[in-house]
Amino acid sequence: MNAVCAISTPIAQGALSVIRISGEDAIETASRVFFRADGKEVSSMAGYTCAYGHIKDKSGAVIDDAVLTVFRAPRSYTGENTAEISCHGGIYITKKILRLCCENGARPAQRGEFTKLAFLNGKLSLTQAEAVMETISAQGELSLRSANLTRQGALFEKINAVRQRLITLLGSLAAWADYPEEDIPEVTPQAISLTLNNALETSQKLLNAYDNGLALKNGVPAVIAGKPNVGKSTLMNLLLGFERAIVTDIAGTTRDIIEETVRLGDITLRLSDTAGLRTSDEEVERIGILLAEKRIEESALIIAVFDGSAPPDEDDLKLIERLRGSDAKIISLINKTDIADQSFCEQYRRLAVGRIIEISAKTGDGRDALERAAAELFGAVGDDDSAIFVNERQKDRLECSAKYLKKAIAALNAGMTADAVTIDITQAADALSELIGERVTESVVDEVFSKFCVGK
Amino acid sequence: MPLKNMLDNFDIAVVGAGHAGCEAALAAARLGAKTALFTISLDAVANMPCNPSIGGTAKGHLVREIDALGGEMGKAADATFLQSRMLNRGKGPAVHSLRVQSDRVKYHLYMKKTVEAADKLFLKQDEITDILTDENGKLCGVKSKLGSEYGAKAVIIAGGTYLNGRIFVGNVSYESGPDHTLPANRLSDSLRAIGVELRRFKTGTPCRVHRRSIDFSKLEIQYGDEKITPFSFENDKPLENKICCYMGYTNERTHKVIMDNIERSAMYSGQIEGVGPRYCPSIEDKIKRFSDKPRHQLFLEPMGLDTDEIYVQGMSSSLPEDVQLAFMRTIAGLENVEIMRNAYAIEYDCCDPTQLLPTLEFKKIPGLYGAGQFNGTSGYEEAAAQGLIAGINAALKLQGRDPLILDRASSYIGTLIDDLVTKGCSDPYRMMTSRSEYRLLLRQDNADLRLTEKGHEVGLISDERYARLLKKKELIENETKRLKSVNIAPTDKLNELLVSRGTEPISTGIKLSQLIKRPQLDYLSLAPFDEQRPALDEEICEQAELNIKYEGYIAIQLEQVEAMRKLEKRSLDTDTDYSRIKGLRLEAAEKLNKIKPLSIGQASRISGVNPADINVLLIWLARENGEQTS
Repeated sequence: MNAVCAISTPIAQGALSVIRISGEDAIETASRVFFRADGKEVSSMAGYTCAYGHIKDKSGAVIDDAVLTVFRAPRSYTGENTAEISCHGGIYITKKILRLCCENGARPAQRGEFTKLAFLNGKLSLTQAEAVMETISAQGELSLRSANLTRQGALFEKINAVRQRLITLLGSLAAWADYPEEDIPEVTPQAISLTLNNALETSQKLLNAYDNGLALKNGVPAVIAGKPNVGKSTLMNLLLGFERAIVTDIAGTTRDIIEETVRLGDITLRLSDTAGLRTSDEEVERIGILLAEKRIEESALIIAVFDGSAPPDEDDLKLIERLRGSDAKIISLINKTDIADQSFCEQYRRLAVGRIIEISAKTGDGRDALERAAAELFGAVGDDDSAIFVNERQKDRLECSAKYLKKAIAALNAGMTADAVTIDITQAADALSELIGERVTESVVDEVFSKFCVGK
Repeated sequence: MPLKNMLDNFDIAVVGAGHAGCEAALAAARLGAKTALFTISLDAVANMPCNPSIGGTAKGHLVREIDALGGEMGKAADATFLQSRMLNRGKGPAVHSLRVQSDRVKYHLYMKKTVEAADKLFLKQDEITDILTDENGKLCGVKSKLGSEYGAKAVIIAGGTYLNGRIFVGNVSYESGPDHTLPANRLSDSLRAIGVELRRFKTGTPCRVHRRSIDFSKLEIQYGDEKITPFSFENDKPLENKICCYMGYTNERTHKVIMDNIERSAMYSGQIEGVGPRYCPSIEDKIKRFSDKPRHQLFLEPMGLDTDEIYVQGMSSSLPEDVQLAFMRTIAGLENVEIMRNAYAIEYDCCDPTQLLPTLEFKKIPGLYGAGQFNGTSGYEEAAAQGLIAGINAALKLQGRDPLILDRASSYIGTLIDDLVTKGCSDPYRMMTSRSEYRLLLRQDNADLRLTEKGHEVGLISDERYARLLKKKELIENETKRLKSVNIAPTDKLNELLVSRGTEPISTGIKLSQLIKRPQLDYLSLAPFDEQRPALDEEICEQAELNIKYEGYIAIQLEQVEAMRKLEKRSLDTDTDYSRIKGLRLEAAEKLNKIKPLSIGQASRISGVNPADINVLLIWLARENGEQTS
């Protein structure tokens, strides 16, 4: 059984954060990420002792300096071996260390899990048990809530699409194996390989692109888009102004696009305004449009701005069409609420995509809603760590799935029989199915009966 | 002195002598219980009212498992088969499945004779109408249509499709058992009265046609295997195929006849309330649901050597007889076909299997067991498997012994029963290899290695057979070890073979097992390079080879099994009231109260019970145990 780990202090900016690892191999796990400054072995540390040292990643690069406290079973909160890393506070660093622990053999703990372990290991009295059960029960509801939250997210949809493709493949394989006498098309190794490679490619793209920690540190690449005169620059100024946090002023790679670093609540945006669009010289304008389009493609967040005081026109519709095809997260702002016409706003509400928010960039009305939407989309909702937990879990499952996809592809290439390859594919699909609480076996059986004409 | 109606006293009464009933009665009697086996017709014992065949994907696994546990089906199938095939060769050992065409009448006679010959087993033609209970409400026997009573400490219901059976052909419907036998119209009421919840399911069968009316030249021929694998692990007699089967296709004209008359089908006119199986659609279902398919396959399977009747697999229907004849005659080769028995749909009463324990005993009615189609399954093999388990458990309980509960990792039988009692079924349940998460471990070729020991423990496998099994195991282990230790030197001849098979030549010595692992190579082809190879039976070599070829996967599956079994060992009491456990969600508590799982493992497989609920249960369980010990 793997050790479990979690950030035990609130997920917020602070002086210190604590990451707790508990389980039989907790200390061993800690020894793979924490290296004592005096060069001594972590594994030789006695219970109730601590040491100063460095957190290093796999390449040996120092991430942070920290203090490690070791508790030996049964003298710890959970009754198991426990290691607590006290590191410098800060969301990015803390999460990075948590992830390092996960990469080194621990799995992310569920809410209340340490307390549950404590109880099961006899560290809590019987009378405390009911309280623990209430907590865990509440955790069920909460994770349900945050799961629902994530279900609306773009990442979930993509993970689910990968899962669905795997289930379809498994369904074909099952029908082919379970109904050899029906004229069910043979599932060729080439066809399996194609699906698996596609699924793996998508998974890896998601894993690379969706790194919350990186987004929190480096900022989310974001763009303000919209036709001329809808209030993009006013919005830019509003966002820059109300946080008064212009960190850099990069005269970017181009003359025409200005990138600003803006903090919106917990989220850092690398925000660009497509300001160069309105030049009179046609040649320059053409280049400006190309650059703006490129920027839109590269962004993880598009803030589309519409003018609520005028009806949607062809340019707006074109933009909306473009947004529909985009992989980025989208916030549609209906601007100028101070002078807007309700019937125009209604038309925009019907047409627009993503989160739809009404705002007046001029007066600042609606900027709270914008801040909340950005925080929700990028998984840092207030002091509640459930969103982060859910995202870490999605990443964890996605990685597990990718591992089995690789195995399946290798087995297939080695000429392994379909029944064995199916085991790997099932594991890959299983890892993703855990996120939505469905069981692969049942999904596959349903798939067979709904897609194939089989019977006596 | 007036006589009493009580005719006899039994330990166990089995109601229904189909594939479930025969296995149940044989197992119970062989374990020493005085057993009665009641049937509505002695001429319908172990009848095959649908396809004349035993085995098939996953079903073949069940038959081999039945044999390993000491059941009869495998032996009966071996003794009466007409053609044998191992399906899915080339798709990997996990899905290899044995299937035979059977001589329907000979199978019936074989099983009837076996039942007749069994000690302590009393086969009787009589319709059971009532389950009897004593003044305390405890089950104590059965009563027949003629008013005769029989004492029994346990009763196994294996009523198949007889309970309130009703046949549908077009707009005609009438009360009937399968194959136009008498239905059992009264038992359902008695079962309801003692607390069994019943529901309606339906199934169907195609027509049987006369051999002389078929133009075989227009059909594709299907031969049996040259080298035949028997079902029974005890069978060492040479086996041979006696017949061929044929294959044909429907066409657009067939589909047009059916669609033009679809409203005359019993299924589409809304007369049938029962839920039909998803996997066994009638031809009209297939054409409606898969309208883009230009043709559907059909198979012609002889019903026996002493008859010209031929079963038409794939053409099950509830259309009127004239439509049946018309669409059959659109098929190439069947232009002049004569129908001997028409196709029909049949609706019947069965129970919701979540009322059962994994022993197949009703949770609320001690001593009452269900098996076979009565439990919501479909198929002779599924029925026989449950019959065997119900018979064994009824007998073990009377002897005060521990029940036989096979877990999902042990067998397809265990998977089947766990699915039934934990998840239930919303349409007739058919076994499939894709239902088993441990299918690389649960192969048909190793059923004996997995289950003979259990059969021996129970008492259905003789000491001699068990000793042979132990010897076989030892030989397999030794050979597997040897293959892992033997070094093979690179020689020109060996590299010649490797290159010719499309795999890398070797330049240094290599373990023989490393070569066997390569998909392009096998145990047999490496014989010339394996000088110390002992002379071993083919089945030993096969097992050693599979052990090595699939070593990585087997190891992963074994790990999964271990994790599963840990949760399976955390037992739960069946009289737990889950609504009283604080912190458990209402939905979870309701589901748990309905299923009454025997373990945390089983609880975790109930739909609607989530991981947080399981955590609450674990804590609650720890507290309960803590209170008991302190």
